Amino acid sequence: MDLLKILAIIGSGALLVVVIELIRRGRLKERYSLLWLLAGAVLLVLSASRGVLEYVSRMVGIFYPPSFLFLIAFLFLLLITMHFSVVLSSLSERTKKLAQELALVREELRNIKKSGLDNGK
Amino acid sequence: MKILIIVPAFNEEASLPGVLRDLREQMPSADVLVVNDGSEDSTSRTARDRGVKVVDLPFNLGIGGAVQTGYLYAAHQGYDVAVQFDGDGQHLGTEIEKLLKPLEEGVADIVIGSRFLVPGAYKAPLFRTLGIWIFSVVLSRILSTAVTDSTSGFRAANRKAIEFFAGMYPDDYPEVEALVLSHKAELRMTEVAVAMRERTGGKSSITPVRSVYYMTKVLMAIFIDLLKKVR
Repeated sequence: MDLLKILAIIGSGALLVVVIELIRRGRLKERYSLLWLLAGAVLLVLSASRGVLEYVSRMVGIFYPPSFLFLIAFLFLLLITMHFSVVLSSLSERTKKLAQELALVREELRNIKKSGLDNGK
Repeated sequence: MKILIIVPAFNEEASLPGVLRDLREQMPSADVLVVNDGSEDSTSRTARDRGVKVVDLPFNLGIGGAVQTGYLYAAHQGYDVAVQFDGDGQHLGTEIEKLLKPLEEGVADIVIGSRFLVPGAYKAPLFRTLGIWIFSVVLSRILSTAVTDSTSGFRAANRKAIEFFAGMYPDDYPEVEALVLSHKAELRMTEVAVAMRERTGGKSSITPVRSVYYMTKVLMAIFIDLLKKVR
């Protein structure tokens, strides 16, 4: 077993452990963990089994198998950051809506209070 | 006709009294709504003391989010017409009637007050003039109607446009982008010539150095808007 393979296994294994631990402690919502879990699992399989890695890299025409590993990791990161951008956009839209609704409801409440006082007199 | 004048205001305690006095004198029958966009000064108090309606956003949303709040209010409260009127004193109450006319005649859903329809009436720095010219060429092509002052925030909208803007209003470069979205929503637009005051207090957010960068970003925003699905 070469050093690179050991490092790759440790790296992807650690990623999986961290993700699972974060989910267990409730620090990471399932919705945001799926891509991370998938990335960890795929990378672990590819780094643990030389046969699989060599087979798929040859299939796509990559002659240095470890660089296929990098490619997969890179693609996952791309996917995850894009997922973040989508989530971020929807969150900022929701925050804006909340702020607007809050401002309008507050004004309505103020008017109701005022007219209530006027009627009480 | 129920008219709401939307005045977005961010730290405008200095200019607001003049603006509100102008509106009361020129448009006594219209309701005025100041949208306080998370100001740190006494914008909200200043407006309330003068007896106009005020909504306070809990934090700064930017001009797009503030104006949309006004449209939401107009939509909820059943106004027939909404007028956007800057809180910085740039716009003139006397000019509002000119914006309302095309709406009353039913020939447009959105009316834009343009500084540039009367040539030579408004002097802008060279870079700015160039930028405005490029916008107007690009937008006129996209909107298939002539737009000379796409960054003007002096506008009027009828009920149909109010409802559209309440549901969808851009955040980044709202004046320009709103035109593109309105066009996609098949709202009819027209421009009328208006006079505006040259800025007295405050600085334009567009300095000559940044204008090229700004233009690139706005043009990109326009093309992104063209991709958007409009409800």
